[in-house]
Amino acid sequence: MRVELRGITKRFPGVVANADVDLEVDGGQVLALLGENGAGKSTLMNVLFGLYEPDGGEILLDGSPVRFASPAASIAAGIGMVHQHFMLVPVFSVLENVMLGVETTTRLGGLDRRAARARLVELSAAYNLQVDPDADVEDLSVGAQQRVEILKALYRQADCLILDEPTAVLTPPEIDDLFRIITTLTESGRSVIFISHKLGEVRRIADRITVLRRGEVVGTTTPAESSEADLAALMVGREVQLVVDKSPARPGQPVLRVEGLRVLDERGVAVVDGVSFEVAAGEIVAVAGVQGNGQTELVEALAGLRAVDAGTVHLDGEDVTGLQPRRLLERGMAHVPEDRQRDGVVGAFPVRDNLVLNTFRRRPFARGLRIDRRAIRDNASRLMADFDIRAASPEVAAATLSGGNQQKVIVAREFGHADRLLIAAQPTRGLDVGSIQYIHRRIVDKRDEGAAVLLVSTELDEVLALADRVIVVFRGHIVGTVPRADATRDHLGLLMAGATA
Amino acid sequence: MTAATRAAGVLTTSQAAERRRARTIGVVFLLAAAVMGAGFGLGVEAGLDSTFGLNVRGTGAELPDLVVPSRLVAAVLAVVCAGLGGVQLARGFTRRLPAVAAVVAVCFVAAFLTWAAAGASFNLTGMLQSTLLRATPLALGACAGVLCERAGVVNIALEGMMLTAAFTGALVASAAGDQLVGVVGAVAVGGLLGLVLALLSIRYRVDQIIGGTVINIFALGLTSFLSQKVFSEYQELNSPGVLRVVRIPLLAELPVLGPVLFANNLFVYAMLLLVPLLTIGLFRTRWGLRVRAVGEHPRAADTVGIDVLQVRYRTVVLGGMVAGLAGAFFTLGSVGRFDENMTAGRGFIALAALIFGRWHPVGALAAALVFGFAESLQSKLAILSTPIPSEFLLMAPYLVTLLVVAGVVGRSRAPAADGQPYVKG
Repeated sequence: MRVELRGITKRFPGVVANADVDLEVDGGQVLALLGENGAGKSTLMNVLFGLYEPDGGEILLDGSPVRFASPAASIAAGIGMVHQHFMLVPVFSVLENVMLGVETTTRLGGLDRRAARARLVELSAAYNLQVDPDADVEDLSVGAQQRVEILKALYRQADCLILDEPTAVLTPPEIDDLFRIITTLTESGRSVIFISHKLGEVRRIADRITVLRRGEVVGTTTPAESSEADLAALMVGREVQLVVDKSPARPGQPVLRVEGLRVLDERGVAVVDGVSFEVAAGEIVAVAGVQGNGQTELVEALAGLRAVDAGTVHLDGEDVTGLQPRRLLERGMAHVPEDRQRDGVVGAFPVRDNLVLNTFRRRPFARGLRIDRRAIRDNASRLMADFDIRAASPEVAAATLSGGNQQKVIVAREFGHADRLLIAAQPTRGLDVGSIQYIHRRIVDKRDEGAAVLLVSTELDEVLALADRVIVVFRGHIVGTVPRADATRDHLGLLMAGATA
Repeated sequence: MTAATRAAGVLTTSQAAERRRARTIGVVFLLAAAVMGAGFGLGVEAGLDSTFGLNVRGTGAELPDLVVPSRLVAAVLAVVCAGLGGVQLARGFTRRLPAVAAVVAVCFVAAFLTWAAAGASFNLTGMLQSTLLRATPLALGACAGVLCERAGVVNIALEGMMLTAAFTGALVASAAGDQLVGVVGAVAVGGLLGLVLALLSIRYRVDQIIGGTVINIFALGLTSFLSQKVFSEYQELNSPGVLRVVRIPLLAELPVLGPVLFANNLFVYAMLLLVPLLTIGLFRTRWGLRVRAVGEHPRAADTVGIDVLQVRYRTVVLGGMVAGLAGAFFTLGSVGRFDENMTAGRGFIALAALIFGRWHPVGALAAALVFGFAESLQSKLAILSTPIPSEFLLMAPYLVTLLVVAGVVGRSRAPAADGQPYVKG
């Protein structure tokens, strides 16, 4: 099916998410929609999927204009969407999730599971999408859940599939699988819109590429016509330098020593098991891996936010296993959390208070029972200048800041007491290139001041740019420790997929 | 477990916690056995018999009374429990633990009854009959709660809905001179309050606990005021009478089962029908799949074209109607008159049954039966004059509920989006 968007404009209070966007994809083609986080890709696709009504412009399917008031209308017209955060009911079976909304019923009014199962099995064979119809979705791997989402769209006879950041949660072999599936889909005449901010993938799979920046189309091209550098320049609006200047590490004494660490998730499953490693003063150790392989729980356990089920953590030779975050902070540990909105800032508090969230009980901010407001204000002015935090004043609520500036607030606060160990989890997720470069620079500076740095990142580029040593995790285990000199993209990619070194 | 910890024989924190839990349960079993043996067995003079009556006046085939030696029965039951406790301590039942716990509980209750009836007579069938009767409004109320909460709306207003419906049932039935018309009125008012709850929680996104509490307070105030002003003045408006008992031919003549199951009023039959119907509806039909989807992951339901808000409105109103039926039981199925605050917290007990029953109609019925059993036991024991204050018995099921909700006896998982308003986009 040929899908065209003409002049789509979508405004939210205070922002224009999409401004006069044109886009088209033919049947049998893959169109990549490329842009940074916040460029308006998801908004645009939600307009096409009927979740948002556009403020201007029109949608044409095979040449005739349509209006979608709801996802139901869009689904009926043959649009299928695989959301970045899967829209699956975890406690339902695969079959129930696929049926939901388009249930077939028996004559007595009950669900006709048999007919639905037959169609599902047929589809999964035809497109090589293997999945057990009776498994509960919550027990499936992320890759399998994605197959369920694609099956869901095909079950609804989608002619155009929108895949929103489909590779963000996949291992490299799973990505290869996905690309094979996409090829099968286009061979059957369907059109695919592939949303991503990863240049390599986009060039690999797309027939045509449309680049969005700040809600506007800044160019449409093909993989043959543009190199990754060209695409990057289009995407961010200037030449991009992802390499960080840094001298070779001069590791000193071990600061962090982790032995046989075992950590459980909420369901009681061991998601970190038998993990042992060291980080020395003056080096950056990066934990690489696909999202969801235990990194979150590992960091939370090290930061004192999650119980350690077995094993020990030593900081400067002292056993700190299971200590409260405040005790760890007193020993010179700082933590930049992965989810900044949830764990990093108190959105309703002003910036100045967020900057002393975990140090307010110390001098000079506290004097006995009294809080010294002037000291807190001075601290805020100084840090906002030092770290280039763009906010109207120290008094505005942290929630009103952009993601990048919120992250700088956290970095400014945490780096202030990262004397011995800095744990930075996904420190640049969702930030613009300028902020990324700035935070990378600061991390390297911290290392050069003699702190041990543990960086957790799912972005290989970031790992390669910063790390002196790389630890690769897979399903809660360390599957390889690689010195920076030996760390190539391919080698790390293999390890991330579970191959042992 | 990693090789290192296994080799060293070191327990991880989680394993240690599990071990501790299993051991605690074993000790509880042994304690129960000790109470049964020492208290219920040795607490009775030797040679006494316990007599259990199996007939209810005028119904069913006559059966001889069941007469058992009190000491011996209590002792045997105690030994069974002690044995189970021992096995639990030694190696632990894992998957069968819930069933084993149920066996211990039943043994304990049986030993208790034998002790209480030692040297006296106790009508077992009569108690089962009153258990089912007392469980009926609780089970209906819990089913109303299952409907609302499966769709993602917490219904703490059950109490107020039931109370208002009880009042309306009495008023309408008296005015119309027909109890069935009263039931219809009660169901309608329940549905209306369901709509109020739906508007508060779905459209205005009021905190659902607060919205429900407001309805409860409003219902108590309104019904108390009206019954003082209206019913005291015009007493003929508060004399609806009670729905008569319908005996099902043949089945009602069965011994024990007949009087318990097949000689009841409309409410009991309605409840016994509603539970399987609701189970099939929720888990086997398109309607149920959508209701559950909306309660678990409304955004997922929205993206496949389901109108989340509409499903929620309809289901909550339906739940209100079922709560109305539960409320009508108090005036038209039991007392035959409205009294101020006559539901006396049973809406909250229905809520407890809903949680105890794991948001499942059948589980809710089972929990309601446990609560109904405790209530009826308490009233029967007052007659037998045992040394235990009967109020303690009334507390027992709620202690069990607390333990269940706290996750001691298996986890009870609420629908994921229960209590969360849905905002589109």
